[in-house]
Amino acid sequence: MAEKVATEDNITYHSFDVLIVGAGGAGMRAAIEAGTDLKVGVVSKLFPTRSHTGAAQGGMAAALANVEEDSWEWHTFDTVKGGDYLVDQDAAEILAKESVQAVIDLENMGLPFNRTPDGKIDQRRFGGHTRDHGKAPVRRSCYAADRTGHMILQTLYQNCVKLGINFFNEFYVLDLVMNDGKPAGVVAYELATGDIHVFQAKSIVFATGGFGKIYKTTSNAHTLTGDGVAIAFRRGIPLEDMEFYQFHPTGLAGLGILLSEAARGEGGILRNSDGERFMERYAPTIKDLAPRDMVARAMANEVREGRGGGPNKDYVFLDLTHLEPAVIDAKLPDITEFARTYLGVEPYTEQIPVFPTAHYAMGGIPTNIKAEVLSDNDTVIPGLYAAGECACVSVHGANRLGTNSLLDINVFGKRAGQYSVEYARTATQVPMPENAADDVIAMIDKVRRSKGKEKIGQLRKELQETMDKNAQVFRTEETLNEALEKVKEFRKRYENIAIQDHGKRFNTDLLEAIELSFLLDLAEVTVVACRERRESRGAHLREDYTTRDDKNFMVHSMVYKQDKIDKDTGINMRIGWKPVVVTNYQPMERKY
Amino acid sequence: MAKLSVPTIESFKVTLTIRRFDPENDSEPKWVDFEVEMFGTDRVLDALHKIKWEQDGSLTFRRSCAHGVCGSDAMRINGLNRLACKTLIKDLDISKPIFVEPIKGLPVEKDLIVDMTPFYKAYMEINPFLVATDKPKKERLQSPEERARYDDTTKCILCAACTSSCPVFWTDGQYFGPAAIVNAHRFIFDSRDEDTELRLDILNDKEGVWRCRTTFNCTEACPRGIEVTKAIAEVKQAILRGRV
Repeated sequence: MAEKVATEDNITYHSFDVLIVGAGGAGMRAAIEAGTDLKVGVVSKLFPTRSHTGAAQGGMAAALANVEEDSWEWHTFDTVKGGDYLVDQDAAEILAKESVQAVIDLENMGLPFNRTPDGKIDQRRFGGHTRDHGKAPVRRSCYAADRTGHMILQTLYQNCVKLGINFFNEFYVLDLVMNDGKPAGVVAYELATGDIHVFQAKSIVFATGGFGKIYKTTSNAHTLTGDGVAIAFRRGIPLEDMEFYQFHPTGLAGLGILLSEAARGEGGILRNSDGERFMERYAPTIKDLAPRDMVARAMANEVREGRGGGPNKDYVFLDLTHLEPAVIDAKLPDITEFARTYLGVEPYTEQIPVFPTAHYAMGGIPTNIKAEVLSDNDTVIPGLYAAGECACVSVHGANRLGTNSLLDINVFGKRAGQYSVEYARTATQVPMPENAADDVIAMIDKVRRSKGKEKIGQLRKELQETMDKNAQVFRTEETLNEALEKVKEFRKRYENIAIQDHGKRFNTDLLEAIELSFLLDLAEVTVVACRERRESRGAHLREDYTTRDDKNFMVHSMVYKQDKIDKDTGINMRIGWKPVVVTNYQPMERKY
Repeated sequence: MAKLSVPTIESFKVTLTIRRFDPENDSEPKWVDFEVEMFGTDRVLDALHKIKWEQDGSLTFRRSCAHGVCGSDAMRINGLNRLACKTLIKDLDISKPIFVEPIKGLPVEKDLIVDMTPFYKAYMEINPFLVATDKPKKERLQSPEERARYDDTTKCILCAACTSSCPVFWTDGQYFGPAAIVNAHRFIFDSRDEDTELRLDILNDKEGVWRCRTTFNCTEACPRGIEVTKAIAEVKQAILRGRV
């Protein structure tokens, strides 16, 4: 159990061998692997089963070949091609090779996968996953109805309970303490009491999830404010490939709530207002099961060209009406329920209005294949790890394939657990500076005492609308510069915020203000990276640079925070570039 | 891009009457009215956010996913336990105030936030994890029929809507409550699990399944549509028969 080393004022000190920040899929998979023979702790802003892994629906890719021929090599190729060749191929090989064991691990832990008639784990089709290098869709997604993420989250939590993992729930990590370039621990704010906790640890794993809340229309939870990614950035760690943000094709129109790609994997069809199956024009071979970037772009294009539906012609339709109601009930129960609850649409008989929704960050904290965090293109920060959506390893490149994220959290979450424990066994604790919590205390005090005029909700709304308008599916130098100017203005206004809750207990008003500061940082980094990548690749479509430019941009972007204004970016961020690891697959034109 | 549909439903004013309590300032809970302009397609969670973001930042509640899968925002809305993010305002009678209060039977921490510790404790006590001593190299086999046997109870999101709707739990905090039994059911009827006997033994306790009075409140409250009362009945039968 947690030892309280000492207490002074309202600061509590804790000491661990391995400390994991975040209790979603990656964090809990790391915790299970880290085990209990060393002192392992998990700090999470939510009770673990509230984490957003639970919202993932369609499945987890693995070439089990339970229902048809498949191979990890095909999976690697699909991942590389799906990522528009920006994927680090050594990492993709690991992802695909270790996927089989990752699924077996979960089954052995108790995950209730759907089964084939002979009792094996059933598999289904998903976008971009193909047999023999693009010949036809392949059944590679292991699934549990359309709530695979829910089952993974529950199963991992159940196994953490079994192991007696030590959780600190509703603790918001607000800072990473570095001492002379080495990680000493983290500082957290306890929601229930308003107290500060300093956790020192030999190994620290960041598994803090994504930051979809920089956008307005998003499938992401309100709590996905990128805290871990922003904290790392503030402490001098670069962020990799931040221009690559995935817009999932099928969000419920106007709401952004996710409808799994499994709907198309099971035979669902996208149609425009003419009833045309328009994906036949954009991806003749695999049609509706093309990768998400292509489908999202095709949908946005249909709307742009006037073939959208509804009073404002601003969405297209997902058609499931030709599927048997029994199939829908067995394989897509939750998402059809979402359509009924939130739009009042009956999927048995009516087409569902859908439009792309901000879904997943391909970029994040740079790591190597051991989940070790990098301080530049190749320098490891000993003792610091990252896994899951907050990390960029990079297995998703410029566009993630569906079902590869539940896989990512399991493969690289496991690796983060394994390597962080290995490191902690022999490492000595980096000394915790005496004033470790000062910055967090100052930050909280400033917000708590704020007496300005700007409302947090209003400022966040304007930020999100700016990002939707200027940095969504289509981008240009002009829209990005506009976004950058706006974010600068929002930063100024942030200095003049007001909160109304000045108390200590459960002060979510205060925390929303701090989360907004993280969102501002990440929106700015995203826009800068978008602007500096003057080509189109994967999810990043520049209308002023419409083609992929392998000569100049077959590289990862790395945005660094710096004190002074950079002459290229015009703000206090510097951009660097990092080579892509290529093993077997040379870039080719991406056709489906 | 990112144009939003203009809702075809007119906006209207609605009053939320919210049970508020801040132990730092209040000696006892009080009802407070807020008037907000909403659309029929909005959810109660949207109304709470609108109040928090535009009128009173100190209004406190838990929420995360906002579409009924994370289980953070169970609350009592017009006297019934629901998730705020799954309750559409158009489905409520807006000619009257909408009453919103914390779920019952758990200590109130602040406004709509309750202390979930007793609820999680009951969950922990049923050993909510698969117990299997074999060491398979591949996946264990399970037929679709065996898998279907416990499908319903795998849907639980631990929101506590069921347990905090149960009159037995209100008066006896020691009772395991429906959610813990649902999670036990999920393993008892899983063909891979080897600990059935122990689980049945735990629930045969005086604070176990026999406290259930079959009021069906839990089944009505479940936002995931789990047939909670039926699951409890199946556990009762298994105890009586000594097997599943």
